[in-house]
Amino acid sequence: MLQLENVTRIWPGNPAPVHAVSDLSLQLSSGEFVAVQGPSGCGKSTLLLMAGGLLQPTTGDVRINGANPYTLSADERATFRARTVGFVFQQFHLVPYLDVLDNVLAPSIAVPNTSSNVRQRAEELVEHLGLGHRKRHVPGQLSSGERQRTALARALLNQPQVLLADEPTGNLDPDSAHAVLGYLKEFAESGGAVLLVTHDDRALPFAQHVIHMHEGQVTPA
Amino acid sequence: MNIWRLVVCEIKHRNLNFVMSLLSVAVAVASLVGAQTLLTTDRIITHRLLSAKEAEVEQAVADERAAVEKAGQELQDVMRKQMLGLGFNVLILPDSQSLSEIHLNGSMSATMNEDYVDRLANSKIVTVNHLLPSVTKRVQWDEQNREVIIVGTRGEVPIAHRGMKKPLLAEVAPGKIVVGHELHQQLSLNEGDVVTFNEREFTVSKLHDERGSVDDVTVWINLAEAQEMLGMQNQINAILALECECAGDRISQVRTEISGILPGTQVIERYSQAITRAESRAQAKASAERALQEAEASGIAQLALEKKTRADLEDRHAGFAAILVPLVILGAIITITLLALANSRQRTQEIGILRAIGLKSRQLMQVFLIKAGAVGVLGGLLGVSAGLAIGTMLASGEAGGIRWTEILATEGMPLVLLAAPLCALLLSGVASWIPALLAARLDPAVTLQQE
Repeated sequence: MLQLENVTRIWPGNPAPVHAVSDLSLQLSSGEFVAVQGPSGCGKSTLLLMAGGLLQPTTGDVRINGANPYTLSADERATFRARTVGFVFQQFHLVPYLDVLDNVLAPSIAVPNTSSNVRQRAEELVEHLGLGHRKRHVPGQLSSGERQRTALARALLNQPQVLLADEPTGNLDPDSAHAVLGYLKEFAESGGAVLLVTHDDRALPFAQHVIHMHEGQVTPA
Repeated sequence: MNIWRLVVCEIKHRNLNFVMSLLSVAVAVASLVGAQTLLTTDRIITHRLLSAKEAEVEQAVADERAAVEKAGQELQDVMRKQMLGLGFNVLILPDSQSLSEIHLNGSMSATMNEDYVDRLANSKIVTVNHLLPSVTKRVQWDEQNREVIIVGTRGEVPIAHRGMKKPLLAEVAPGKIVVGHELHQQLSLNEGDVVTFNEREFTVSKLHDERGSVDDVTVWINLAEAQEMLGMQNQINAILALECECAGDRISQVRTEISGILPGTQVIERYSQAITRAESRAQAKASAERALQEAEASGIAQLALEKKTRADLEDRHAGFAAILVPLVILGAIITITLLALANSRQRTQEIGILRAIGLKSRQLMQVFLIKAGAVGVLGGLLGVSAGLAIGTMLASGEAGGIRWTEILATEGMPLVLLAAPLCALLLSGVASWIPALLAARLDPAVTLQQE
């Protein structure tokens, strides 16, 4: 489902370039929930962006469903992302002027030919994630947990095969964090692949595999 | 969910940015349309004012023409009458009449036959116009116990070969008497009074104003009655010939001609300060023409001045618009660009996530350009309305107000009003293009990593 082979990402820097990720390989299958744990600045987020087709590795290959997104043009890659990958971020990154339902529906702009019942699916997701009473509220009117659940619903709208989550519980209280992690696990159990990067120990029980990172490399647990 | 909804929601959310952009476009378009409206109203007002001025000048010239014609006519009449006193008149007297008697006593003793006047009237004489035979004597007014000059006159005798002219002096009807100023003042006479003059009764028909001459102590009665009273039947003392028409040595010409017709007479000039009738008519005509020319020249000058004033005003407005409008449009482009840049910077995170969830760069540009289009169209329409309203309002104070329909009917104006929103659209699009391009090129990986 998701395969990273010897990926390296080097950021230009002064006096020396920074190796954010070094020669890292990773493979996720359908139904697999993998957590990557490590301290801040260890390269977790860079790894996630490369895995999601947002950041081209300096070296190495990324394959999603067998396809290398970095061989595509920027616009083709965007469409590819919209169809196959869902993102959840620590900062939620909701569109501030759209209400919950419209935020969830936002990915449908990118894939206009998705099923005609996309609105129904959005409504179902909103209800499923416990946001039914909030669907006409804008992010500013939501709690952190509600915002993250909205972001999760948005990530799930186009029925991606891979869900990438970057510190999704970083700004949440324990109950909300527990709920969000539960939904991620549920997605994996339904056949999706989840790659979660976090330094939150609360996430570990939900993952099937935990990988530890330090200074851009996988280290033994 | 589609891009349109995304744009509408963003506009509602960041309405200040939208309103500011809208106002920038509206101000630019309003300045363009307003300036054009003002220039158009200038032309309409100029046309109105010049038409009114032309009509006014034409009326003034017509009035002046009528006035000077009337004045000329009146002047001619006055001059004709003044000729009696001031014109070049001659007195035809018997050869034997002493001039000293006339000048010292105001009286004449020598006589000539009354048919002299008929002979003169039936001749081919050309140097005189009006003939007045008269008797003149200094007599005692017994009833009033004073001396007066009595003049008997039968009015003008027409010169046969000239046809009848308007008489300068009317005859005194039988039984009537005309009294000089000093006499009627001293005797307290009024018109209609009956007076007895040397046993004959007369009705006062006219009282003369003061003339400062022997006329003030003169009475005029009918010639026949005078001849009877004075025992001078068919005799006259003199023939007054009025309005002589001759240039150069006038008196000698008159004498030559009259002596050929009436031998045994002498001709003396009466009132040498006379102005010839021809001269007076020429003067009156020249005066009238001068006044008319002055009126026409004045009208033309006023029109030229009005045209120049209006042309100067239009030039000033056009010059002002030529500077102001481009400046306002440039200001609007800069403002919209800055607002769009600020908007795109404000939306960095949002653009990053939209890109991350799959929006293409073309779609992101659409998000900005649709908004720019809305700004352009709405701002353009608002600007056109405001420009037209302001221009019309400013113009309404002049020339009795101008309706917007009148402005719209002016050549070129509909094109301006149609082109203005399109220009606004272009202006907004151009100003938003670079910010839209920058937004579309944002790297989501970079923006999403920014906290």
